[in-house]
Amino acid sequence: MIPVHYYLILSAVMFITGVVGVLTRRNAIIIFMSIELMLNSVNLTFVAFSSYLGNEAGQMFVFFVMAVAAAEAAVGLAIVIAIFRNTQTININQVNILKW
Amino acid sequence: MSSELIVFLVLAAVSVLSGILMITRANPVQSALFLILNFIALAGIYLTLHAQFVAVIQVLVYAGAIMVLVLFVIMLLNLQDEDPLREQFRKKHYASLLVALLALVLIVQSIAWMGGDTLAGMTAQSPLALANGTVERIGDVLFTSYVFPFLLTSILLLAAMLGAVVLAKKRFP
Amino acid sequence: MHQYVGLIVLFPLIGLLVNGLLGRKIKNETIVGIIGSGAVGLSFLVAAAIFIEMLGMPADGRSQTVTLFTWIAAGSLKVSASYLVDQLSILMTLVVTGVGFLIHIYSIGYMHGDRGFWRFFTYLNLFIFAMLNLVLADNYLLMFLGWEGVGLCSYLLIGFWYDRKFEGVKITWTGDAANKAFWVNRIGDFAFMIGMFLIFREFGTLTFNEVMGDAETLAVGNSTVFWITLLLFLGATGKSAQIPLFVWLPDAMAGPTPVSALIHAATMVTAGVYMVARNSALYALAPDTMTVVAIGGAMTAIMAASIGIAQNDIKKVLAYSTVSQLGFMFLALGVGAFTAAIFHVMTHAFFKACLFLGSGSVIHAMHEEQDIRHMGGLKKIMPYTYWTFLISSFAIAGFPPLSGFFSKDEILWKAFADGSAVFWFIGAAAALMTAFYMFRMVTLTFEGEPRWAKDKHPHESPATMTLPLVVLAALAVIGGFVGVPAALGGGNAIEQWLHPVFVQAHHSLALPAHHDHATEYLLMAISVAIGVTGFWFGRSVFLKNPDADRTIAAKTGVLYRLLANKYYVDDAYHATVVNPIVKTSDRFLFGIFDVRIIDGAVNGLAKTTGWVSSMLRYLQTGVVQNYAALVVVGIVVILGILIFT
Repeated sequence: MIPVHYYLILSAVMFITGVVGVLTRRNAIIIFMSIELMLNSVNLTFVAFSSYLGNEAGQMFVFFVMAVAAAEAAVGLAIVIAIFRNTQTININQVNILKW
Repeated sequence: MSSELIVFLVLAAVSVLSGILMITRANPVQSALFLILNFIALAGIYLTLHAQFVAVIQVLVYAGAIMVLVLFVIMLLNLQDEDPLREQFRKKHYASLLVALLALVLIVQSIAWMGGDTLAGMTAQSPLALANGTVERIGDVLFTSYVFPFLLTSILLLAAMLGAVVLAKKRFP
Repeated sequence: MHQYVGLIVLFPLIGLLVNGLLGRKIKNETIVGIIGSGAVGLSFLVAAAIFIEMLGMPADGRSQTVTLFTWIAAGSLKVSASYLVDQLSILMTLVVTGVGFLIHIYSIGYMHGDRGFWRFFTYLNLFIFAMLNLVLADNYLLMFLGWEGVGLCSYLLIGFWYDRKFEGVKITWTGDAANKAFWVNRIGDFAFMIGMFLIFREFGTLTFNEVMGDAETLAVGNSTVFWITLLLFLGATGKSAQIPLFVWLPDAMAGPTPVSALIHAATMVTAGVYMVARNSALYALAPDTMTVVAIGGAMTAIMAASIGIAQNDIKKVLAYSTVSQLGFMFLALGVGAFTAAIFHVMTHAFFKACLFLGSGSVIHAMHEEQDIRHMGGLKKIMPYTYWTFLISSFAIAGFPPLSGFFSKDEILWKAFADGSAVFWFIGAAAALMTAFYMFRMVTLTFEGEPRWAKDKHPHESPATMTLPLVVLAALAVIGGFVGVPAALGGGNAIEQWLHPVFVQAHHSLALPAHHDHATEYLLMAISVAIGVTGFWFGRSVFLKNPDADRTIAAKTGVLYRLLANKYYVDDAYHATVVNPIVKTSDRFLFGIFDVRIIDGAVNGLAKTTGWVSSMLRYLQTGVVQNYAALVVVGIVVILGILIFT
């Protein structure tokens, strides 16, 4: 059988990949997709533990994470559209009125 | 080298590779497609964990709804290709990369060290896993123990819907 | 009656408050003068009443303590504002208030027309208040309060005419002289304080009676007592202008003449003598310090007297005379003749105050001329001033039966009998010089032909000024009769009176009693001869030739210049002490320490804060990806801590 560590390490790698994407890219939608990647890695961790411990609470958590992710996707993309309408770009370096 | 392990390794490889490819493409549509591939690989992994319901939901909601939405937005905004990542890379990006890799090392280390005894014992899936992953079981638990978060989630989705509509609306002239 | 001793101190306090707060509004000089003088006069009456009561008491029971309130009660230190009314303090109080009262009256006339009239009387009353605290205190701390208070008043009054020029060694205006007085006094005060700390450490208390009581158990030659007495004596040299801290007194003549009379002749400068006398029990336990005191006093006496011969300012001569006479008093203290010293304090107050006030009268008449070479022939024009001045000069020169003869002779006799012949010889030489310079001054000022400028019209002073002169001269005549020694058939009343105060000291000193009157008569005769010789030479040399100074200067050359320039002591101090300190303060303490180190630290703190903030502001750039990166850094740090500890 596969020890649980394999799943956990896979999850960690995916998570860090998402982090690198968030820190490095300047396209707002790419950043958004990296965040989704991070959320998925967490989902994987939950499901792995749920399976190995025999506790269904993990999968419940995944259910809710997905629901929230969906809601967040809807609102987030609406914001991106609104920004694009105002500034004609979704390059986060150019949406910088807050910058000093 | 059991078949399970091979399946897992293949799926894991696909998942990691597609993730890395996603964050490095210049064309946003390519990024989205690689992410969809990632999600499908992940759904496969869920199946190896006997979490059937979650796997199906993953494909339906994530790959099917969310990523479609993303693609719609990409098309809507008519995004052009960005500069390739190599040209975009600045010094601070190297620093971020370094920090992220450091974090990875530490996380892996913590899995190896800290989990220790607890994790060492988890070499096999629990016998309950198969029964837990079925739709009946999920439905059972969801509507009894977790009904309150369930209802809250419905309100959350309502709010999100309203928000999305308001934000993306064209202003009246 | 003694429970009213608080009133003695209270009256001057009221006087100073009224004059100080309302004096400017009260335009009438007479009222201000009456308030000021009246306060002191009332104190004198109360003191006299207490004195009369004490006369009726038995000799052993005359010492009383009256406590007003507890001043400090901190741990083992308990000090009250209490007054010790005994034979010594009541005597000093009578002198202070009596002579003070006369000088206040004199000041009404002398300071007439001065725009700071009310301020003058306020300061005078403040001085009397502090001085009374000093002499009546029953503990070191209250005495020190008075000690400092009189020092402060000395500063305020020397610099009273703060906008006038004044010539001195490195001194250009009266403020310089006032500062000099204060700083030199401060050095002495510092020594006094250390002595006080040592007393508290050794005896655990600061009250005189308790300290003297504990001292009975100590042996003669105790080293702590040696240091205590030495330090206290150093404090006394500052206040009473002895070597090495006498340099402030001649420059203190920058102040108005009543100030010189009251503070720098009759009262403040005698505080040191009083203090040593009060500590007689301790001094008796430290024979080494007594020797130091005696030597210091003798050297000061002769040195100041020699300088006085070559001075031409009427007040400077009297100032050096005061230093010299104080030297006599310390000589007396040093050989164990405490009563003789206090006796001389009393008689000196009478004739020296009279001399100073007389000189003030002359200065006023000559319209602020103070150089005796430009005076002369005032005898007929100012009879009161002349006769009182002359009488006081005879008194200071030691002519019998005036007061100065009895007190000075007592000192010289005790110096010979209980000290050594050397002390007597130095004292006698100083006495010779005293007579000489006094009559030189009298002759040049009053006798002979007028040598003043044509525009001066001298006249006798008003009654407010001449009346105190007459009273003081009368006291200078009869004041000696309280101390007629046994050798001349008197009962030496003052010795009997003060005996219980010094009995403990005499017990420790164990001086042999003197029944050999023959030597005493011989020495007395020599003293009289000295007085007459000084009088004769002083008078005749300068009567014939008022310019005799110049011939003497030509003949003696260097010696005369040495005396005229006061042995260059001021210059020496300036070069060795003042200049280095000023230079160090300016270059090192100010230039380096204050500007670079302290300012540098403060400014550096500000600069560092600015620099750190300019670094820290990069944390809040507004670029969200930076924030996210920092979050990851935080995760790394936390994981690191969790894993590796």
